[in-house]
Amino acid sequence: MSEKTGDKKKSRTPMPEQPPAVRAGNFDEVALGYSKEDAIAEASRCLNCKDPNCVEGCPVNVDIPGFIKLICEEDFEGAIEKIKATNALPAICGRVCPQESQCEALCVLGKKGEPVAIGRLERFCADSEREKGVSAPDPDIPEPTGRKVAVVGSGPAGLTAAADLAKLGHKVTIFESLHKTGGVLSYGIPEFRLPKEIVKQEVEYIKQLGVEIKPNYIIGRIKTLDELCEEFDAVFLGTGAGLPRFMGIEGENLNGVYSANEFLTRVNLMKAYDPNYDTVVRYGKHVVVVGGGNVAMDSARSALRLGAEEVSVVYRRGEEEMPARREEIEHAKEEGVILRLLANPTRILGDDKFNVTGIECIKMELGEPDATGRRSPVPVEGSEFIIDAEAVIIAIGTSPNPIIFKGSEGLDQSRRGTVVAEEETGTTSKCGVYAGGDVVTGAATVISAMGAGKKAAKAIDEYLKEK
Amino acid sequence: MAYRILEKEEIAPSVHRMVIDAPDVAKAAKAGQFIILRIDERGERVPLTIADFEKETGTVTVIFQEMGKTTKQLAKLSAGDALEDFVGPLGTPADVRKLGTVILVGGGVGVAPVYPQAKAYKEAGNKVLTIIGSRNKDLLILEDEMRKASSELYIATDDGSKGHHGFVTDIMKQILDSDEKVARVVIIGPPIMMKVGAGVASPYDVEILVSLNSIMVDGTGMCGGCRVTVDGKTKFTCVDGPEFDARQVNFVELMNRLAMYRGEEAKAVEKYEEECRCGLN
Ligand SMILES: Cc1cc2nc3c(=O)[nH]c(=O)nc-3n(C[C@H](O)[C@H](O)[C@H](O)COP(=O)(O)OP(=O)(O)OC[C@H]3O[C@@H](n4cnc5c(N)ncnc54)[C@H](O)[C@@H]3O)c2cc1C
Ligand code: FES
Repeated sequence: MSEKTGDKKKSRTPMPEQPPAVRAGNFDEVALGYSKEDAIAEASRCLNCKDPNCVEGCPVNVDIPGFIKLICEEDFEGAIEKIKATNALPAICGRVCPQESQCEALCVLGKKGEPVAIGRLERFCADSEREKGVSAPDPDIPEPTGRKVAVVGSGPAGLTAAADLAKLGHKVTIFESLHKTGGVLSYGIPEFRLPKEIVKQEVEYIKQLGVEIKPNYIIGRIKTLDELCEEFDAVFLGTGAGLPRFMGIEGENLNGVYSANEFLTRVNLMKAYDPNYDTVVRYGKHVVVVGGGNVAMDSARSALRLGAEEVSVVYRRGEEEMPARREEIEHAKEEGVILRLLANPTRILGDDKFNVTGIECIKMELGEPDATGRRSPVPVEGSEFIIDAEAVIIAIGTSPNPIIFKGSEGLDQSRRGTVVAEEETGTTSKCGVYAGGDVVTGAATVISAMGAGKKAAKAIDEYLKEK
Repeated sequence: MAYRILEKEEIAPSVHRMVIDAPDVAKAAKAGQFIILRIDERGERVPLTIADFEKETGTVTVIFQEMGKTTKQLAKLSAGDALEDFVGPLGTPADVRKLGTVILVGGGVGVAPVYPQAKAYKEAGNKVLTIIGSRNKDLLILEDEMRKASSELYIATDDGSKGHHGFVTDIMKQILDSDEKVARVVIIGPPIMMKVGAGVASPYDVEILVSLNSIMVDGTGMCGGCRVTVDGKTKFTCVDGPEFDARQVNFVELMNRLAMYRGEEAKAVEKYEEECRCGLN
C-alpha cells in the first residue's frame, strides 16, 4: 500500500486503525485518529497553494490551507476555530464526508501522489478540542429578536439551521419524530464509524445556544405544517429522506428481509448489539446486503459485527461504480465482507415457515453507454445463481417521507417526492417555509445537508428582518 | 422527557388499563390511531392502540395484555411512574362517517381499540351494533363503557360463561342475515379472529375493515418493518393503515410476520422472569 511505503511527500500519513480481525468483532470506532505527530507530519505535506482548489471542492468552503497551516504551527485551537467559522460539525464531517470526491479530489498533490488527508486533519482538530474539554467559548448570543422559528427534523440540516438561527437571536424549537436527535447520524451511521457520543455533544452545544428540542413530535400528526406556520414566524424543514425503497420482487416480505433503515435503526438507535437492550434483530449465519452505497456498507459491516459468519454485498455494477466512500469499501473488504459485483437480485427464497433461506440473483454485464455516458448494467440471460441467506438487507435507496405533507397545503413536491426549494436559499412555494438537506435533494451527504441548513438560516434571517 | 402514568388498573387477569399524561398526543388523537411507547432507554418501542383520550385533561388511555417482556414490565409500573417515550398519534385515523348501521366487532384486548370507534361512529350519527367477546367472562373488558357507547351491545364468550356461547363472529353473521341493512363491519382483535371474521362477512354486500397490529419500529414509515400485503401490493401498516379493507388483506403473511421474533420473545420473557425472581427488577 502506498500509505506505508513510498516517499513522504507522495503518500499520506497512515491512519491508526483497529486491526480488521479485531474490529470485525466489536462496535468501537475503526479509525483511531491521528496523534499530534501524525497530524503535523500530514499537515506539512500541504503546499499551501495560493489559489487552493480544495476549498472549492468543499460544499461549505472551509479555509483548508488556513487551518492546515495552523496545525503546522501547532496552534490547534486556532485551527479548529478556523474550521468552525464555516463548518459547525467538524468532528462529524471529518469522519463521514466523502472527501475523496470533494476537497481531496482537487488537491494538487493528488495528481502525482496522494492528496493531503484533509478529512483526517479536520477530525484531528475537532477531537483534540474535545479531548481537552474546552468547549467552544460561549458564543455571544445577540439580544433576542422575539422571532420564533420552528425546525422540523434534527439531522445535520436541522441542527445546523437551528444553531445558526439561535446565534442570530431567534427563538428556535426543533421538532423530531424519533426519541433521539441527530437524524441519520443517530439512527443510520453506525457507532464504529461515528461514535454517538460525538453526536450527543453537538446536540448539547445546540441546546446551550438556547434551542429547545422536542423529541417524539411528528409534524403531520401532532401538528400540521399549517399549524406550525401560524404559531411560528418561519419554518425550516430538514426532514430527510427516510422512506425506504424496496425492489418489488418475489419474497420481499419474508421474515428476515429488512430495509437497511430498519436493520440499522435496530442496531444503532436501539442498540441491538448490546445485551442490556431489549432490541431484537435477526441475522443468522449468512447475510446478504443489496446495494452499493454507504448504507449498504454500514449494514454489511454491522451484520458482521453482530456475529454473522458470511456477509456479502450484491451490487449490480462494478466496484468502481459503487457510490460508497472509498474508505468504507476498503474497510468492509478488509473485514471480510464479500462483494458480489455485477449481480442483481431476482427473487428471495423462503421456507414453509416464511423464513428467508436465500436470494436468487442474475449476473449482469455493462452495456453500451447511455445518453448520460454511463454504462448501464444488463442481465445475462440464464445466469441466475443462489446465495444462502437467513437475512437479506435492502439498501437500494430512500425517498422523502410524505408524512410532512399530511393535512397542509401549498408546499410543492417534485415527482420524486422531494420538497421543491431554491438551492441558494431553501425558499419553498409556501410562504415562510424553507427546506434543505435530503428532503430537497433526495439521499445525499451530511455536508450538503449542513450547507443547505446554513443557507436557509441566512435566508430565514433576512425574511424575518423584512417581515 | 418523561410521560407520567396517572392511573393504572388491572381490569381483567393480566389485562391492564393505563392513563398517561400526554397532552400533545391527546389533543391530536382520533379514533383508530395508535401510539408507540418505550419504558426506558433500554426498552423496545411497542405500538398500542389508543383506547381512549381526553383533549381537556390531556390524557391518553391504553389497554394492554401481558404477553412479552415489555408488556410484563409495563404491568409492574404504577401511577406516579413515568415512561421514557410516548409518541403519537400514529396511523391514519379511522374513516368515520355517517353510514347508517355499523357493526363493530372486538375480541380479547381488541375490544379496547373498538371503544373510541364506537363513540366516534355514534357521534357521527350511526346506529352502532357492537359485539365484544373473550375466552370467558373474567377476561371480558369494557362492558359498561361499550354499552354506553353503542346503540346495542352483544356479548360472546368461548366457554359460554357470559352472553352467547361461541364466537363474536356468530353474532355478526346473525345480524348480517337479519333485515338490518348494515353498511360497514369493523373487526379488531387477534389476527386469526379478523381473518375468520372477514371470511364470514365476505359474502355479504357490506364493507369490511380490519385494524392490523404489525410489528413496528418507528411508526412513521421509516423502516418498513410493518409491511403487509393488501390487494397484492406492499403497504406500511403504520402510515397506510392500520385500517384496511379486510377482503384484500393477506392474513397468512400478517400472521407469519407477527411470529418473526416469537423465539426471541419467549427467551426474553424467561430471562426477565428469572431476574424478577432474583429481585433484580
Ligand atoms: C446508513 C447511512 C450512512 C450514511 N453515510 C454517510 C457518509 O458516510 N457520509 C455522508 O456524507 N453522508 C452519509 N449518509 C447520508 C447522510 O446521512 C444524509 O445525507 C444526511 O443525514 C441528511 O441530513 P438531513 O438533515 O437532511 O436529514 P436526516 O439526517 O435524515 O434527518 C431528518 C430528521 O427528520 C426527522 N423527521 C422526518 N420527518 C419528520 C416529521 N414529520 N416530523 C418531525 N421530524 C421528522 C427524522 O426522524 C430525522 O431525524 C448516510 C446515510 C445513511 C442512511
Ligand atoms: S413501523 Fe416503521 S415503517 Fe411502519
